[in-house]
Amino acid sequence: MALKINQKFCKGCGICVAFCPKQVLELDELGKVYEKAPEACIMCGQCELRCPDFAIEVIKPVKEAAK
Amino acid sequence: MSAIDKYIRQSALPHIWCPGCGNGILLAAILRAIDKLQLDQKKTVIVSGIGCSSRASGYMNFNTLHTAHGRALPFATGIKLANPELNVLVLTGDGDSTAIGGNHFIHSCRRNIDITTIIFNNCIYGMTGGQSSPLSPTGAIATTAPYGHIERPFDIAALAIAAGATYVARGTAFHTVQLTDSVAKGIQNKGFSVIDAITQCPISFGRKNKMGGPAQMMQWQKDHAVFIQAAAKMKPEDLAGKFVIGELHKSESPEYTAEYDKMIARVQGKGDQA
Amino acid sequence: MSKARLMQGNQACAEGMIAAGVRFFAGYPITPSTEIAEIMADELPKLGGKFIQMEDEIGGMGAVIGASLTGVKSLTATSGPGFSLKQELIGYACMAEVPCVVVDVQRVGPSTGLATSPAQGDVMQARWGTHGDHGIIALSPGSVREAFDVAVAAVNFSERFRTPVIVLLDEVIGHMRERVELPEPSELKIVNRKTPTDPPETFQAYRPDADEVPPMAPFGEGYYHHVTGLMHGYSGLPTASAAVTNELARRLESKINRAQDEITLYTEDGIEGADVVLVSYGGSSRAASAAVKMAREQGAKVGMIKLITIWPFPAEMVMAKTRKAKTIIVPELNTGQLVGEVERYVGRDRVVSVTRVDGELFKPEEILEAILAAGGAK
Repeated sequence: MALKINQKFCKGCGICVAFCPKQVLELDELGKVYEKAPEACIMCGQCELRCPDFAIEVIKPVKEAAK
Repeated sequence: MSAIDKYIRQSALPHIWCPGCGNGILLAAILRAIDKLQLDQKKTVIVSGIGCSSRASGYMNFNTLHTAHGRALPFATGIKLANPELNVLVLTGDGDSTAIGGNHFIHSCRRNIDITTIIFNNCIYGMTGGQSSPLSPTGAIATTAPYGHIERPFDIAALAIAAGATYVARGTAFHTVQLTDSVAKGIQNKGFSVIDAITQCPISFGRKNKMGGPAQMMQWQKDHAVFIQAAAKMKPEDLAGKFVIGELHKSESPEYTAEYDKMIARVQGKGDQA
Repeated sequence: MSKARLMQGNQACAEGMIAAGVRFFAGYPITPSTEIAEIMADELPKLGGKFIQMEDEIGGMGAVIGASLTGVKSLTATSGPGFSLKQELIGYACMAEVPCVVVDVQRVGPSTGLATSPAQGDVMQARWGTHGDHGIIALSPGSVREAFDVAVAAVNFSERFRTPVIVLLDEVIGHMRERVELPEPSELKIVNRKTPTDPPETFQAYRPDADEVPPMAPFGEGYYHHVTGLMHGYSGLPTASAAVTNELARRLESKINRAQDEITLYTEDGIEGADVVLVSYGGSSRAASAAVKMAREQGAKVGMIKLITIWPFPAEMVMAKTRKAKTIIVPELNTGQLVGEVERYVGRDRVVSVTRVDGELFKPEEILEAILAAGGAK
């Protein structure tokens, strides 16, 4: 999982969902973001850059950090 | 540790802004600029006026100052002049800076005092419920322009350049990487820097003017912004209805607090010779 | 004492400010206060201080508050029209508890009025010019020497109580010249704002001490905190809590009012056994003094309290000193502003208001007439 999501901060604005180049993200039934297709994530960081609520962050996978 | 983790004032979160408001995006972009430059957190002061934009200072972990409507720049001027070692950033809104704060804006440009001003430009008065601002486009609907705004808006960049600012840039909430870059360059400029940051107010501006939700408003920013390098090669008719982003102006001019210190040195030197 | 000098009131005020440690001035030219700005422009650079003529009066007030937040004692000077413009930010300084001094060299108002004529018409404005409930300190000197002393006291009070302090000169005190001998800087007692005893990690910017005044950390030293004009809790962050709002609103007044004795500056003359007592202040106290002298030559038993502290109004002191008097006379160059406070505490039936609002000073005879009419002479 490359993304850390804070659903408490998420306001369901849909910006990250709209601009994800790989359609990784969706809003769940409570209107909060979740990773619908985590394997498609390329860690481009656009969701993190454009989130107004600091609710989503790209974190390096454990394999990468160990290198 | 991300810039947000380092510099956000955790105890003040969650912020008050509406879902999809661009202000949080601008705030994050500014924190990334501060982080990119590795500014001394102790010596960095954030000053804001009043409005949705100006709530940003409360969420930042520095010496932060939330002033009165339109008055961030005089407070910031006092801070910078009294202690020129401090990095002073002003976060303000389009109404805060060009309506009630207009006089302070043009004089700060003229003095070229080393302050970086980021204008959260959503062309509306959001906090008070959606009244027109000096940046509202002609024809826009607002609560105080229910039949369509009959006024022309300012061009903030042109105003700042004419008044003497030595670094002027424009960015958007969509073009967040370029915005961080522009803010960083503005901070590095030893003089008055203005960054006109186009951002969306989906609730008060977007709904009334049928601009769709936050993502659509940011798509609008993407579709209508032209980078200055590209704009230079375009014909005027192709630029109709678009706005230019990037570094719009950079010049050199004596900086106010440096000139004042030189004057002090001169005066104190003369005293010795008396 | 230093050598005697012939000095203008505005100059004595400016020199007092500098002696008290003011090293920042921001303001805007306005008659009859402009000399203070000009002297500051001249003197501050010599001391490494900063002067800026701002684009307007409001800008001047903002810059003063900003500078004070960095730990520098800061001053502005103005007259009626500018004093009106500054009110919003004076209230800001009250709410955010930022020490600063505002000199108002009063002239005839309202509006443009008479730029070069004296008045005392800003007394109530000094107390309530800014909106909302707040405490304030206002001092009014009655001579050139006093303009120096009051300037020092004003800066000290602003630091001690973390509040704006208004200094009410008037056009005559500001522009007159008198022979004065000013004290040496070493003879002066200087007060500085309390600094934090907590380390930055536990520091709370607006947690008051037992004296109801919070210590103040200057910007730039790692005491990260938020300063706002919104209602706020101890951390400085905005709140709409009723309990916190009530606590702060009341403390902004009580931190000053509880120190009434410390803040009350005045002189008195011949109160013991007086049938008639004058309560006067500022420039018009000089005609009052002369009238008292003339009345005594006619056998009157008349005394005088000259208030230097106007706000908070020294009610206890005035009540005590007028308890045995039959008549209390309040001469003012306005249509009756401070007299309301006197009446409120002393009782309306004993109080006589003497007013003049034509831009001229009282002639002592006008006040003498009131003293004699009150049965002041046997």
